[in-house]
Amino acid sequence: MLLLILKRIGLGLITLFIVSLITFVGVEVLPGDACTTYLEREAYGAALDACIKRLGLDVPAYERYLDWASNVIRGDFGYSLSGEMPINEVLGPRVKNSLVLASVSILIGIPLAIVLGIITALWRDKLPDIMISTITIFSMTIPEFISATLLILIVAIWLGWLPGIVIIPSDATFYELLSNIILPVVAISMIMTAHMARMVRSSVIQVMASDYVQMAILKGVPYWKMVFRHVLPNALLPAINVVALTIAWLLGGVVVTEVVFNYPGLGRLVIESISNRDLPVVQALAIILASIYVGINLIADLMTLMLNPRLKSLQIRK
Amino acid sequence: MNEIIESVKNLSIGFNSQKGKQISILRNVSTNIKKGETVGIVGESGSGKSTLALAMMGYIKQGLFPLKGECIFKSEDLLKMSSRQLEKIRGRKIAMIPQNAGQALTPNLKIGYQIDEALKLHTNLNKTERDKKISELLNKVRLPSPETMAFRYPHELSGGQQQRVAVAMALAGKPDLLLLDEPTTGLDVTTQAHVLELLRFIAKDTGTSMIYVSHDLGAIAQVSDRIVVMYAGEIVLEGPARKILKEPIHPYTYGLLKSIPKLSLAGLPASMPGSQPQPGSINEGCSFYDRCNLATDNCKKNSPDLEHIKELDTNVRCFNYKELINQNNNLQTSITKKSNNSEANEVLKLKDVSISYAKQKFFDQLLNKISDQNPTVKDINIDIKKGETIALVGESGSGKSTILKSIAGLLKTKDGQIKFENDRILSSDLKMRNPNDLRAIQLIFQNPDESLNPNHTVEQILSQPLKLYFNLSGEELKKNIIGLLKKVRLGEFYMSRYPRQLSGGEKQRVAVARAFAAKPDIILCDEVTSALDVSVQAAVLNLLQQLKEDLGTTYVFVSHDLAVVRAISDRVAVLYQGRLCEIGPSQNVYKFPSHPYTEVLLGAVLEPDPDIKPKLVAEDIVEEKPPEKGCSFQGRCPRKIGDICNSEVPPWQIGENGNAIRCHINIKELASLQQ
Repeated sequence: MLLLILKRIGLGLITLFIVSLITFVGVEVLPGDACTTYLEREAYGAALDACIKRLGLDVPAYERYLDWASNVIRGDFGYSLSGEMPINEVLGPRVKNSLVLASVSILIGIPLAIVLGIITALWRDKLPDIMISTITIFSMTIPEFISATLLILIVAIWLGWLPGIVIIPSDATFYELLSNIILPVVAISMIMTAHMARMVRSSVIQVMASDYVQMAILKGVPYWKMVFRHVLPNALLPAINVVALTIAWLLGGVVVTEVVFNYPGLGRLVIESISNRDLPVVQALAIILASIYVGINLIADLMTLMLNPRLKSLQIRK
Repeated sequence: MNEIIESVKNLSIGFNSQKGKQISILRNVSTNIKKGETVGIVGESGSGKSTLALAMMGYIKQGLFPLKGECIFKSEDLLKMSSRQLEKIRGRKIAMIPQNAGQALTPNLKIGYQIDEALKLHTNLNKTERDKKISELLNKVRLPSPETMAFRYPHELSGGQQQRVAVAMALAGKPDLLLLDEPTTGLDVTTQAHVLELLRFIAKDTGTSMIYVSHDLGAIAQVSDRIVVMYAGEIVLEGPARKILKEPIHPYTYGLLKSIPKLSLAGLPASMPGSQPQPGSINEGCSFYDRCNLATDNCKKNSPDLEHIKELDTNVRCFNYKELINQNNNLQTSITKKSNNSEANEVLKLKDVSISYAKQKFFDQLLNKISDQNPTVKDINIDIKKGETIALVGESGSGKSTILKSIAGLLKTKDGQIKFENDRILSSDLKMRNPNDLRAIQLIFQNPDESLNPNHTVEQILSQPLKLYFNLSGEELKKNIIGLLKKVRLGEFYMSRYPRQLSGGEKQRVAVARAFAAKPDIILCDEVTSALDVSVQAAVLNLLQQLKEDLGTTYVFVSHDLAVVRAISDRVAVLYQGRLCEIGPSQNVYKFPSHPYTEVLLGAVLEPDPDIKPKLVAEDIVEEKPPEKGCSFQGRCPRKIGDICNSEVPPWQIGENGNAIRCHINIKELASLQQ
């Protein structure tokens, strides 16, 4: 088991290495470099040379990559171009903000999705299912920028209950954030919950039709006990990976929602740094987002392995 | 003994069709189950036997509903009870042993928990008493080391062990009535015989009444006191087991018994024409009218009632049953088949063939070699003559299908050669074979539902090999397709049908036609009849034999069913753990002396005759891997003589009657041991 975990971590690290190479090469082959981008029209003569010297662009690419990579391993992403401040300081509050938005959405959305999924499955084709399914399909099909805009229009402008956009600095405190993120959370949850509820529903329906559920009924197991002991553990197992992907997607910054609500999270930082051609920040973001995906999927895989006795003993036997 | 436990009265169950018509699956079924009695319910798929059994627990499958009638258990109607009330009865008064225990045990819960759950629900025992009871139950169903068994998950047990756990679970609530829904279908022959033996013991030991539902008259014959025969949702015959099996007085039961291949009979079983009518398509008159050779005009217009015949203690639904009384001595006959010309040339030779499923290591992959000291299949030498039917038999894991795949080129061999026609070596890689060799070897699969493309019509299915191998098109293509359909006794109008519009037997006929479309020299048959009902199986076997006699095709026939093999094959090769045990002409292999494994297999076959009991000579242990050295059967052999069996591969010995046996015991001595 330990060997397996180490193996998976190793594979994850290899993935990250490849991602870092690709981003580095990608940035290298772009026309111009960080200095020409930064200096714009003044990119000539002494100013350019000074900049190149300062950023160390005169050494060969592979040396720069090794240098950059060894710094990243130590947790140092270098300096951003536009602010000329350490990237860690730029990223820090953004990561925190995205974390707050994601965790609130996860805490509300995922339990809601599971409950809705189970309800629709157990009352399949009856009134609760028809109502919830209609709503979920509806909110699934509307793109988030439309639903977000509609939310602003109705709740913020017509009703005036909540602020339409988030006007707080990126280093706002946790409580300041909380009061501001209600609308973004609703917008995100709508899509996320709908997708997951549909998945949970079909998974539960499938398990309910299985031989072992029929057996449990014929054994005289009371209905709710059967649902909790025989159905749900088996039905929710395949949901773990989907939940993991959703969490990774949320942590990676929900770009569209963040832009619509002007929320200072990672997603908006991605847009900003790309449009500013702040290449060191883009590089750093790529690595961070990749690590989030790799890490969360690793955790999900291990969880599936732990919870599924079938896979567990299979791995141990090997 | 005569106290009635459950009685079904005029029960009809049905569903609403898409056109809003009410269609019944069960029609007017009445029967009584007495205390301590085992009742076998037998019928082919779609006869309503499982629906009836489940209704006897008050369970109706989704989409179905009771139309009329009642199921009275202890003076209460189960079909009118609330689910709360039913929970009190299910598992406690009536318990179920499911068909496929592997799927009926919840995968995430340990064996012990699942039995404990039943104990908690249906007894008042405390925790320590329950723990003791769990090991008692596991011990009772004869599972090894019952103490540790409770901590294992269902998937960690073999099929036979899972079925035993299901039995233990059903016994937990000390039920008055046990319902068994095909409890041994899907198990290996030896395991099946052991489980049946256990069930018989439990019935005697606990005095529990049992309802045994199965399509397999062989299994029913072993356990039942009374037999109920179902056809198209109705009871057509009901009576004491011995009477039903020895002197069936309903033409359907008579035909069914005749269509079962038997070990004691060489030659093919007689087949019944046609197939069971679909629910909803039954019109007025007797539902068996179309297939009956006793039918008169009266049968077409009026449907017979279930008539009680006092002197035979039997209920029968037939106007003309009298014609069958005292006519049953010809039950033990079969169609003799033309034996093939044994002088013929060899068409396919397997020489020292070994096949491995081991994952290739990285370097071996580069060098394209397989290094596995203990491959799944090893040392297979078989020469197959033109026009003969050679059968490969063995339990699951014996490597019989593996060998078939290698001949077809779907699986690479590790060592050895497959030679085709005049000692030309066939590449073990499909891509390296020339088109003519590909045409010459065709496969027919077990399950026609999966081997026929559901989106193609029969015409498209059959035209593919014709286009591919013979470049036919237009009128000629159509003429050939019609010819092929005629060969497998299907009319021209089948061309426009899709597989889902055909019955199981018709689908397998199309699959047979597709194989013959290529005008092959060799046809590989992989369990071609095991997904079919008995009466349909007999028809497909007869068809295959007829085609072979007409066209001189060679068959390599893989099956786990020794009686089917007996009926169709000229020669039999018995495999255990991927090693040959015995090979010889089939009439000789079924005669002693034989290899100890063949003896075990033959002993476990269930015959539809209450007087022939299976002989259980070996334990039904499941071995996961063949032994590294010595005899492949050392782990289970009842005649093991000592260390030599563990250390040395036994030599081939040839018996007087021409069958070759691989065993350390002298063949003459084996003969006297088996007398």
